[in-house]
Amino acid sequence: MTKNAGYTAMSFNTMVYYWREALQSIARNSWLSAASVGTVAVSLLIVGFFALLVINANEFTRDIESGLEIRVILKDGQSRGSLDKIRSEIEKQPGVSMVEFISRDQALEEMRRSLKNRSDVLEGLQNDNPLPDAYRVRAARADQIPGLAENIEGLEGVDQVIYGGGLVEKLVSATLWLRWAGAGILVLLCLAAVFLISTTIRMSVFARRREIGIMVLLGATNWFVRFPYLLEGMILGFLGASLAAGAVYLGYVTLVGYIDRFLPFIHPVSDRTTIFAVLGGMLGAGLFIGSLGSVFSIRKFLKI
Amino acid sequence: MINFYNVFKIYSNGAKGLNDVSLTIHKGEFVFLVGPSGAGKTSLIKIIFREELPTRGQVLFNGKNIARLRGREIPYLRRKIGMVFQDFRLLPQKTVFENVSFALEVTGASSREIRSRVPAVLERVGLPEKAGVLPSQLSGGEQQRVCIARAIANSPAVLIADEPTGNLDPDTAWELMKLLGEINNSGTTVIMATHAREIVDSMKKRVVALSEGRIARDEECGVYCHEL
Repeated sequence: MTKNAGYTAMSFNTMVYYWREALQSIARNSWLSAASVGTVAVSLLIVGFFALLVINANEFTRDIESGLEIRVILKDGQSRGSLDKIRSEIEKQPGVSMVEFISRDQALEEMRRSLKNRSDVLEGLQNDNPLPDAYRVRAARADQIPGLAENIEGLEGVDQVIYGGGLVEKLVSATLWLRWAGAGILVLLCLAAVFLISTTIRMSVFARRREIGIMVLLGATNWFVRFPYLLEGMILGFLGASLAAGAVYLGYVTLVGYIDRFLPFIHPVSDRTTIFAVLGGMLGAGLFIGSLGSVFSIRKFLKI
Repeated sequence: MINFYNVFKIYSNGAKGLNDVSLTIHKGEFVFLVGPSGAGKTSLIKIIFREELPTRGQVLFNGKNIARLRGREIPYLRRKIGMVFQDFRLLPQKTVFENVSFALEVTGASSREIRSRVPAVLERVGLPEKAGVLPSQLSGGEQQRVCIARAIANSPAVLIADEPTGNLDPDTAWELMKLLGEINNSGTTVIMATHAREIVDSMKKRVVALSEGRIARDEECGVYCHEL
């Protein structure tokens, strides 16, 4: 009796039995099964789109961050040596990724270029350039910019510091907020899906309570009794996740197509590795939600 | 093979199921459990089957203490015990064959074992031609035979029947007793709880009479009741 207690070799026949039982249960409670699949699908659909949204938002902020710069306006009439000293002071600051010197002549040239055919307004400024020398400083992360600007402003020989001001902070807090709100909605939806699956499984267990009683009587191991219900939950979760993954894939590819056509200056994330990682994550989440729902019901209603 | 040593069973509402019961059942015996309802027959059976635990005392099955079995060992104890009930407990949507094969499926048997074993036990209980029929299409006696076929499918060491003739007419009951006798003759221990006086009296088997949770009488070749 104890030699192989707790262990039953899973024969092919047993596997067939598990699948047959699970599929029969799904067919028997077809409406509730469809509802659970639907809830999982809707939850994971939102999860999937949200994940892609957050990934894109991250990419977008990173793009903007890499473009954000601090312009350090230098006081006039400084020697070469003191300019180099300021540069090395700036480079010492934490988070600085690049420092570039823009001479007053370069600045004028850039301005002329940006004005294009209206550059005639700058006529005659060559010899009397009002623009100052400046350093262009880039930070590794956008949220470091305000602190960095403040530090640089305090340096000797620095006249003024200009940067994107409130925009940076707003952008950072917006993406942060997006992530938190997303996580909250995600958790709620997943809980709803788990709840619905556990209700479905409970119905299956209830419909088969006679059979379960007889199984116990015939010496079925606990896992033998439970496994079909676990499988049922996993199938429901996986079906829902597959629907959601298909919809997310088609929806996203279409959306990216439109954006490329009509808003060519926005570059949504479109490499396959990232998208398939999101889809794979959704399928995994579906299986997890399904098993979690079953485990709740099994624990509660199959105390053998 | 089954030993009870000073076993008490007191339920949470204070009712006494068993009151100091000591009993030994040997391999291959045929034992009738008799006594009025509430005398403790069902408690005794449930304890052997490890559906309930004794409140006090020791119960050994093949020398193993039943109370000390771990949860995952219990199914393997139950596979050594075939159970037959008054209300049959067959699955109505499954055929006779499927009802019997269920007992084998549950233990993880291969489909080859099932294909050879199920017809053999149906033959044994005399229903070889009813394999494809649903239980609802069978008479009570036939249903009880299916139940016995299911109980012996795993070749248990003990067959426990709780009032197996309770729902059967006398003639059918007698045929069922013949079947149980045959199963016993082939070496399976049979324990049968019953109210059927004539059956007990004419079978001339060991009789254990329970009364208010105690063993009132334990005789070889016994009868249902002495007073009449």
